[in-house]
Amino acid sequence: MEPASAKLIGAGLAAIGAGMAAIGVGNVFGSFLESALRNPGAADGQQGRLFIGFAAAELLGLLSFVVAMILIFVA
Amino acid sequence: MAAEQGKVDPMHQFAIEPLFGTDHWQIAGYHIPFTNSALWMAITVVALFVFVWGGLKRDLVPGRWQMAVESMTGFIDNLLAANIGPAGKKYVPYIFSLFMFILFANVLGLLPLGLVGVHPFTFTSHFSVTGVLAIMSFAIVLIVGFSRHGLHFFSLFVPHGTPIWLLWLIPVIELISFLVRPFSLALRLFVAMMAGHVLLEVLSSFVITSANSGVLWGSVVGIPSFLLMIAICALEILVAGIQAYVFALLTSLYLNDAENLH
Repeated sequence: MEPASAKLIGAGLAAIGAGMAAIGVGNVFGSFLESALRNPGAADGQQGRLFIGFAAAELLGLLSFVVAMILIFVA
Repeated sequence: MAAEQGKVDPMHQFAIEPLFGTDHWQIAGYHIPFTNSALWMAITVVALFVFVWGGLKRDLVPGRWQMAVESMTGFIDNLLAANIGPAGKKYVPYIFSLFMFILFANVLGLLPLGLVGVHPFTFTSHFSVTGVLAIMSFAIVLIVGFSRHGLHFFSLFVPHGTPIWLLWLIPVIELISFLVRPFSLALRLFVAMMAGHVLLEVLSSFVITSANSGVLWGSVVGIPSFLLMIAICALEILVAGIQAYVFALLTSLYLNDAENLH
């Protein structure tokens, strides 16, 4: 296989990671909403933890984006 | 315009260029011109000063502007009180400056000034800028931790209730997760801003090339891409706020570790 095409295929495979992170972020906010609607009084106190979970899940998706960008533009 | 020349280069918007003929500026043998990155940092600082200055009236019944500034400071105040406790009061100036600087930078970089020929430059989409911000936060954590607790600060790496037989493993994992913090802090902001801007540029290249190749492709591909671009712009404003908030939130969590151990 040509190295250039292998790079592009690798970048496409890295996009799977972004999709997985989308599942993770959706899970974080979905679970938060689900439980926040059960107990709205306790929801406001947990907003910091919501965003910590969001940040952790999002970082991994962003890492796969970095991998794709490095494969396309740098490597 | 030929198809090859009409292709949009999504990375060109991040190019750092010297402005105002300062290309030959040198400081101690290093090539240090006044770049577009520096210009937009200066604009951000000026905008931030103007914003905060307008709210310093100390009226008993605040006007709109004072209310806006006070809600921002109150927001950071609550964030620190919730995460650090009463000891967090002294970090309000730092976290407030950090949050507002990043927020203003992100939002200024999104302004549609390209319509009037000015190209806003999002300097938070550069790892060198976010890296320095993250190193500042990390350095403050280290200084506070060692000055408050001395060498006892290293007990951060051994959480309460660690079983004796895991003492060889837990500190190593904790040390790695501690050392990765500045990287993850800087990388998150930089990649989130860069990804959004690249996405907008790629969608705009869809619109331009499909519109150039006729009515059929222009209506099938171009119009949906354009609508998607508008939606992504709204999403980017949300991301600009969330990333600034996450940076401030994580910094305050790390400060909590340094202040109270765990």
